[in-house]
Amino acid sequence: MQHIPLLHVLIVSAALFFIGMYGMFTRRNLITVLMSLELMLNSVNINLAAFQRYLYPQQTEGIFLSLFIIIIAAAEAAIAIAIIIHLYRTYHSVDVEDATEMKY
Amino acid sequence: MMPASAIAFYVISGFLLVTALLSVTGKQIFRSAIWLLFSLLGVAAIYFWLDLNLLAAIQIVVYVGGIVVLIIFSVFLTRGAGEELPIIRSKRRFFSLLAVLLGFLFSAWCLWSYGFTSLAIDTPMADIKTIGRQMLSIGPGGYALPFEMVSILLLAAMVACIAIAMKLPGSDQTPQKK
Repeated sequence: MQHIPLLHVLIVSAALFFIGMYGMFTRRNLITVLMSLELMLNSVNINLAAFQRYLYPQQTEGIFLSLFIIIIAAAEAAIAIAIIIHLYRTYHSVDVEDATEMKY
Repeated sequence: MMPASAIAFYVISGFLLVTALLSVTGKQIFRSAIWLLFSLLGVAAIYFWLDLNLLAAIQIVVYVGGIVVLIIFSVFLTRGAGEELPIIRSKRRFFSLLAVLLGFLFSAWCLWSYGFTSLAIDTPMADIKTIGRQMLSIGPGGYALPFEMVSILLLAAMVACIAIAMKLPGSDQTPQKK
């Protein structure tokens, strides 16, 4: 892996982040919005892991930050799915445009 | 002639980005969940390529084994899996594509003009034994306090999931179909 500069890994991670952002902008279904969010969190994790591996291989901060992000993403996905199920029970839809009770 | 590890990196990242793109543009929600699964496996492959074996194993166990399965469950619980997603307006698609492309070009330009140099690529990695000792150490540089706080967070998330998804006996559960 000496042949790949750090810049290429960071560009891949930025591309993954903006793909997730495109999904966030265009999707209207809450489950697919959640999937785009997972892609964005993963791109941040790639960034941290690449910095740790390329710049400070003796340290462990990148691994620990990625690890805590993964754990918090798991908790967040569980909460989001509980909210989605409750929303579906109330509105019979998981479209973000249909949940307008707190909008105005 | 590129060395094998460089070819492996480009193949993995191409796979990762193509499956992520299919996942955010797919018409059927179940298929895009499956594409998301492949994309997360690609991220785990990137970790393996970076020699971060512990992180790759955790990625596969938590994301592929946990979160994607949870998402697929919620797809099955809320609507038909083969149902088509509604077509979005082309104006909205155009402007979000524009915003995303401009943002990507700007951040790529920022990264390129900074000019990162990899300093210590040949020094050995911190091994898993060090990581495990540091995770539960209370000395300087130890992660015992965040570890315990994360365990409290997981407990709170579990209780909150039950509290949100529970059907209350006295509450009004009549559907308000718009």
